[in-house]
Amino acid sequence: MSTLEIKDLYASVETKEGRKQILKGVNLTVNSGETHAIMGPNGSGKSTLAYTLAGHPKYEVDSGQVLLDGVDILQMTPDERAKAGIFLAMQYPVEVPGVSMTNFLRTAVTEVSGKAPAIRTWTKELTTAMKELKMDPKFAGRSVNEGFSGGEKKRAEVLQLEMLKPKFAILDETDSGLDVDALRVVSEGVNRAKAKNDFGILMVTHYTRILKYIKPDVVHVFAQGHFVKSGGPELADELEETGYDMYLPEGADSESALA
Amino acid sequence: MRLRGYKAFIEQPMPKWGVDLSGFHAQDFKYYVKPVGKQAAHWEDLPDDIRNTYDKLGIPEAEKSRLVSGVAAQYESEVIYNSIQEDLAKQGVIFVDTDTAVREYPELVKKYFGTVVPPEDNKFGALNTAAWSGGSFVYVPKGVHVDIPLQAYFRINTPNMGQFERTLIIADEGSYVHYVEGCTAPIYSTDSLHAAIVEIIVEKNARVRYTTVQNWSNNVYNLVTQRAYVREGGTMEWVDGNIGSKATMKYPACILAEPYASASTMSLGFAGKGQYQDTGAKMIHLAPHTSSTIVAKSISRGGGRSAYRGLVKIVDGAEGSSSNVVCDALLVDDFSRSDTYPHVDVREDDVSMAHEATVSKVSEDQLFYLMSRGIEEKEAMAMIVRGFVEPISRELPMEYALELNRLVELQMEGSVG
Repeated sequence: MSTLEIKDLYASVETKEGRKQILKGVNLTVNSGETHAIMGPNGSGKSTLAYTLAGHPKYEVDSGQVLLDGVDILQMTPDERAKAGIFLAMQYPVEVPGVSMTNFLRTAVTEVSGKAPAIRTWTKELTTAMKELKMDPKFAGRSVNEGFSGGEKKRAEVLQLEMLKPKFAILDETDSGLDVDALRVVSEGVNRAKAKNDFGILMVTHYTRILKYIKPDVVHVFAQGHFVKSGGPELADELEETGYDMYLPEGADSESALA
Repeated sequence: MRLRGYKAFIEQPMPKWGVDLSGFHAQDFKYYVKPVGKQAAHWEDLPDDIRNTYDKLGIPEAEKSRLVSGVAAQYESEVIYNSIQEDLAKQGVIFVDTDTAVREYPELVKKYFGTVVPPEDNKFGALNTAAWSGGSFVYVPKGVHVDIPLQAYFRINTPNMGQFERTLIIADEGSYVHYVEGCTAPIYSTDSLHAAIVEIIVEKNARVRYTTVQNWSNNVYNLVTQRAYVREGGTMEWVDGNIGSKATMKYPACILAEPYASASTMSLGFAGKGQYQDTGAKMIHLAPHTSSTIVAKSISRGGGRSAYRGLVKIVDGAEGSSSNVVCDALLVDDFSRSDTYPHVDVREDDVSMAHEATVSKVSEDQLFYLMSRGIEEKEAMAMIVRGFVEPISRELPMEYALELNRLVELQMEGSVG
C-alpha cells in the first residue's frame, strides 16, 4: 500500500511574457488502488500538475511537497521518480527516431526494476500485452512513437504502463484524440494493468467520456491552479450538465461542451 | 606522374572554402616513414610495439575468426601486413598493397591508375599523386563475389606524419566486393596529415561497397579524395563514418558514366570540440536512367562544426535519371554549428530530383520522455544520438557498427550534466 501526497504545491513556468505561476496551492492525497479524475477547463493547469509530478525541467517548483510514501520526490530527477514508482502517460508522446520500441521498453524496464528481465518471460509478457492492446507485432520493431497515429501513441503509452508497473500512474488526457473503439481498448489496458498491480491513478481529463470506461472513486475539479471542488462519481455527471463556466473567473470564455 | 602531381600541388592555391587550413604547412610533414624492414607474412613477425597496436584494435582476432576475407594493415607509409583467404586468391582475386601491385601487376595498374582521379584533380589529390605510398590494390575478376569484406587498417603513429595511401579497386563485370577501412592515430601535440586517394572502377553490372570508419585523433588533417567510375548497370555504395580528425574534407564521388548505373552515399560526420567535419557527396549523372541517393547525417557538439557539401549534376541527355538527397543535422547543444551547402546542376528536363534537409536539436522533451521511463540522462542522450546514427550503423558490418556506436558514445562523454 502506497500513498502519494501533494502538499500545498506551487509551480511556475518561464514564458515569453516572463515567469508565470500556474500551480497555486495544490493539495491531494491518493492511495494505491484509488482512481482520481482531475477535471477542469483548458488552461487551468491540469497538465502542468502532471508534468510537475513527473519532473519536467520546464516547470519550476516554488514551494510545497510531493511525498511518495513519505519521501519528497521533488528533489529527484525524472528517472529517479520513475524508479520510485511514478509513471506519466503523456498527452503528446515524443518521437525518438532510430530507437526501436523493444530496445526502449527493455532498457526502461531494466532501469526501473533494477535488473534485466529474463528473455523468455519478457517476450511473452510483451507479446501478450501488445495483443491485448490490439497492436501489430511489427510495432515492436518501429522507432519510438515515430510516425505513430494518435491512437497508436496512446496504446504505446498504456503498453509502457503495463510493462513498467508503477505505484502511481498519471494519465494526462489519455483519452484525447481517440475514437470510441480506441478509447475502449486503451481504457481496458489501463484497467488490466491496475487489476494486476493495484496502482493509484491520477486521471487528467477535460471530458467525461473516459470515465465510463475507467471508473473514478473521486472526481476533482481543477481551476485556476488548484482544486476547487471534490466529490464522488456523481460530480462528473454534474459537470456534464453544467460545464466548467461556474469555475472560471468572471468574463473568461470556456469550451462549454464537454461532449 | 609524380612530377605532374607535385607541379599541380605547388601551382594550385589552398582552398578558400571548407575547413580552416591556416595551420597547414606542407613542409612540416614527414613524407615517408618506413616502419619495418619488410612486409610480414604473419602477425608474429612484426615488431612487438606494432603488433600490440593491432592486437588492441582486434585486427588479427577478426582475421582468425574469419570475420574478414582479407586484411591489409598500413602503419605510417607502408603496408606491413597483407593477407587474403586462399579460396579467393584461387578465384583470381588480387588484394595487395599498391606498391607491390606496381611491381607485380603493372598492366592493370597502368591501365587504371590515375584514370578516375587525375594528378591535377585537386591540391591534396595532387600532393598524394606526388608522394603516395601504400594503400590497397584490389582486383575482383568477372562474376566473382567476395562475400565477406576485405579489410584495411590505417594507422599513423609518428608525429608530423603525412600518410598518403593510394587505393585502387577494380571490380570486373558482374563481380561484388565490400572493402572496409578503419583509421586511427594516437594523440600527438603536432599535427599529422592523411591525404589519401581512393579510385574505384565499377565495371558493367558489378557492385562495390566501400566503408570507412575514420577515428583519427584530433590533430590529423584528413583530406581525402574518393571517387568511383560506374559503368552500365553497376552499383557503387559509399558508407562513410567520420568521427575523428581535426579537420576533414571528404566528398566521396560517383561518376555514373553509363546507363542504369546507380550509386549511394551514406555518410555520418561527428564534430566534437575543436573539430570541423566538412563532408558530403558528389553524384555526376552522365548517362540516361542513372540513379543516386545521398543520405548525409551530422552531429555537432561542444562547439564543433559540421557541414554537408554536396553536388548533384545531371547532364543534358541523361534522361530518366533520378537523385534523392537527404541531409539531417543534429545539434547536441546551443553553441555548435551545422551548415548545408547543396549544389544542384541539372541540365535535363526528364529527371526526378529531391532534396530534403533537416536540422534538429536534442530536445528537452525527448530527454524528458526517456528519463521519465527510468533512463538516466546520460544514457537517454546516448540513445537519442545512437538512434540518429542508426540508419548509417545499420549499413555497417556488425563489429564496425558496434565500434561506431562506441566511438559516438565516447564522443558524447561529458556532454551531459
